[in-house]
Amino acid sequence: MKVDLRINGAKRSAELEPRKTLLDALRENFLLTGTHAGCEHGVCGACTVLLDGEPVRSCLMFAVQADGYEITTIEGVAPAPGELSVLQDAFCETHGLQCGYCTPGMILAAHALLQHTVTPSRDDIVDAISGNICRCTGYGQIIEAVEFAAARLRIANTPQPHHGARHRATGEHDAPAEGVMEADQADEAIVEAK
Amino acid sequence: MSADPATFRFVSTNRRVREDRRFVAGRGHFVADVALEGLLHVAILPSQHPAARIVSIDASAALAMPGVHYVLTGDELAAATDPLMNGLDTPKVQRHPLAVGQTRYAGEWVVAVVADTRALAEDATEKVRVVYEPLPFVMNAEAALKPDSPPVHPAHGSNVLLDRTFVWGEVEKHFAESPRHLSFRVTWGRNSTVPIETFGVAASWDPWRDMLDVWASIQMPKYPDQIARALRIPANCVRVHQDVDVGGSYGVKRGIKQSVLVAHLARRLGRPVRLIEDRLENMRGGDAHGPERIFDVEVAFNDAGIVKSMKIRALDNAGAYAGRAPFQLGKPIGAIVGPYRIESVQYRAQSVTSNKAVQEAVRGFGQSPTNYAIETAIDKVAAAVGLERIDVRRRNFIRKEEFPYLIPSGSTYDSGDYHTVVDKVFAHIDFAAMERERDRLRTSGMLAGIGIAACLEPSGGNSAFEPLLNEKNTTTTWMDSCRINIDGLGFVTVTIHNTSSGQGHETLVSTVIGEVLQIEPDLIRVVRPDSLACLPSNSPVGSRMAIMLGGAAFHAAQKLKAKLTWIAAHQFGAGKDKVIYASGGVTDPNSGRQLGWADIVNIAHRNFHLLPEGMEPGLEATHVMQVPTGTKLPEDGRVQMYPCHSFEFHVVLMAIDPALGKPEIRRYVIGHDCGTVINPHIVKGMTLGGVAHGLGAALLEEFVYDDEGHLITQSFMDYLLPSSHEVPEVEIVHHCTPSPYTVFGQKGSGESGYLGAPAAIASAVNDCVASLGISFNKLPIRISAIGDAIADAQQGKPQEQAK
Repeated sequence: MKVDLRINGAKRSAELEPRKTLLDALRENFLLTGTHAGCEHGVCGACTVLLDGEPVRSCLMFAVQADGYEITTIEGVAPAPGELSVLQDAFCETHGLQCGYCTPGMILAAHALLQHTVTPSRDDIVDAISGNICRCTGYGQIIEAVEFAAARLRIANTPQPHHGARHRATGEHDAPAEGVMEADQADEAIVEAK
Repeated sequence: MSADPATFRFVSTNRRVREDRRFVAGRGHFVADVALEGLLHVAILPSQHPAARIVSIDASAALAMPGVHYVLTGDELAAATDPLMNGLDTPKVQRHPLAVGQTRYAGEWVVAVVADTRALAEDATEKVRVVYEPLPFVMNAEAALKPDSPPVHPAHGSNVLLDRTFVWGEVEKHFAESPRHLSFRVTWGRNSTVPIETFGVAASWDPWRDMLDVWASIQMPKYPDQIARALRIPANCVRVHQDVDVGGSYGVKRGIKQSVLVAHLARRLGRPVRLIEDRLENMRGGDAHGPERIFDVEVAFNDAGIVKSMKIRALDNAGAYAGRAPFQLGKPIGAIVGPYRIESVQYRAQSVTSNKAVQEAVRGFGQSPTNYAIETAIDKVAAAVGLERIDVRRRNFIRKEEFPYLIPSGSTYDSGDYHTVVDKVFAHIDFAAMERERDRLRTSGMLAGIGIAACLEPSGGNSAFEPLLNEKNTTTTWMDSCRINIDGLGFVTVTIHNTSSGQGHETLVSTVIGEVLQIEPDLIRVVRPDSLACLPSNSPVGSRMAIMLGGAAFHAAQKLKAKLTWIAAHQFGAGKDKVIYASGGVTDPNSGRQLGWADIVNIAHRNFHLLPEGMEPGLEATHVMQVPTGTKLPEDGRVQMYPCHSFEFHVVLMAIDPALGKPEIRRYVIGHDCGTVINPHIVKGMTLGGVAHGLGAALLEEFVYDDEGHLITQSFMDYLLPSSHEVPEVEIVHHCTPSPYTVFGQKGSGESGYLGAPAAIASAVNDCVASLGISFNKLPIRISAIGDAIADAQQGKPQEQAK
């Protein structure tokens, strides 16, 4: 059957079987191979994509179910070819990965968190990535990457992207929904990476 | 070159890991991302029986389905290919990619179905009818050891693959002389490192070129050779593409059966074929389980807690085929006394077949289970003599001034300073404060304890365990290589000759070459040619790449530096040793003349008339490096195993709510000494990731089979992987004792954390529950076991008091 999806801001169409998972459709029909199959039963999180800004397992839903949602894959995160988002760059700064297989899902899970708040506590970060299994890093440098990205976003003094999706973090951590970070909202100065 | 970190320009500095950029953008190049025109897909029908004769296979209904191309059986594949290699001299234990005649474990691959899509192939497997006649089976290693147990391979005659007793030193004399003895049993449960990417392989065959192209998620020495042997084709007809990123391996990505299967299908069908294991295929039939080992340990010691001698019997359940499993009993011989001055050891290594999935190499290659047994022994000695566990360790540690130190089994430890690492860790922790916190937790009603473990990480991997356990094997060479080319415009490109599963090889070699040539590492391109364009490599196993690939890159760069220097000196009319190389240029201090990088490159590439007589044009250098210390075959059951020995020391504060039984790690500190660190980010990541793997092995992960011989933990719902909730924040305390055997003083760190964490966490659990008079002697120690044991002990207590 024909399905129309919105992926990374663009309308995409494909002819596919109703039983095809969103994961397989993204990889095979739309050639977005940054989304990875891990367990294919919804535990490991390697296949994480964002639906209207919220992380979901693309192995656990059919492609046809994604009709009507804004789908974001890892390919939709970098601002331009050869460039990286603040969060992606933070993963490079702290070496928040090794083999890179869980990384797209991990970054999307953390990306969703930072859309809700740029002042996450360590527990917020641990919660946000707890559905994404990493076998290489033991999570330490991933948590550092998200902390580092949050700190850079706090002092970036730029409008914070916000999808208006349901808030999961505690209210006091929330960033302003729109607008510019005030200077007093930024915490300690962060030394720019070399 | 000096190993003094103060003199390094790039080595040991906090440089980014260059590989990371493409992965964070989702631009890794994994095997499932390889697009091949006309690709066909494989799905597997596994055996439901732990042991059964295959009576008949009827594939007609499957073959009749639209989109289904082929159904491959074990008989056809076995007729067309040779059996997979055995490590030991056990020719009757034959292994093929698909079961031949009988199945030997539940989940073993019986039939492969090829179709236009993976989904169609899966559908078609359900239409294949296999008639089985169940046979007797054996799951347990001790049962398999008995002469009357059902033989997994009847032609082999028994289930015993290996039963070898080594005696190093005067064990009986030392036992007789020692006033104190104790003995115990500990068991290491069957687990593995279980990468998030399953194993996958794609292959295509070109009959006009006689070329098999292979893309695989592989981390295995001599992979192209093994494919060629099994397919009975010349090795230079196999081209493995090494630029495929491997989505985690930690030892287990050894998919030789998958590769032979897919390669045969590609040849048979004249189309590219791929098999990407799904999670079930991977867990129950991917042949990637780890050691499952029973240790019976006897220790001879004195009242001061000095351990004189040990007897270790290790009984390992290899699973249904031999593979390399028995060798995982051999590698720990290289550090069989741990970091301790134990004078003699008796070691009985037993490996048996059973009707479980095949054991494959896992991070540490058997060292982590062995370290768990040794550290348990030290804890028990401390308890027996009434000393603090750390004091017993300090008393038995090899001292800094004793290195290089020859252990009874024939390996020489390169260097170490164990006492200083322990002191630094204790100072970092404020150990007295940690003890007060433990006591406070106890007062508050929690069970609380501190776990301690010290251990070695042998590194720079060779295969000395092969000739040690198999006299027909005379391998002492275990090389790695690097080639550097400076092109006509002065840009540097390096080739390395293996796959990566996240170890940061590109960062490693560019850092090393940048250091030697004094040029910016980020301007150096690093590529992985296909295997036919490769120099010899033995892949990133045995924590060897910092030592071996780093070493080969160092030596190749030194050759180029010498050539650049000589070319410039020749222009100056000066001796090679009279000029100074700095930052890519050469200066003659006498004349003051200088030539820069571009000048020398230009002469090398375009001015043959200006080159010294006899010099080859161009700027290319290659180095093939042998493992340091690997000069001899074993003698009298002794051998030099790996050349370098990193040290780790773990301290864990744990609390258990007695009502829940859930172990909570309140603090985790590891002291780590792997010599000179080349990239701090990479070593840190290895260490933290290793601790997480160790936590899984200690508390969560196990491939459990039921009494009917079925794997019951075959999904991630049952086989539990540590998430960010379970893995604690780990503090690392660094120390650097350079190795005298390596170019910068570096040692390996690819197994760091993992080799001591299970012992430390088990020690912590046992310290928590010691007050109840109970202890755990089998890993993993799952929450349910802790909760039950605490409940039993608490109910039992009043009765005991009543007696």
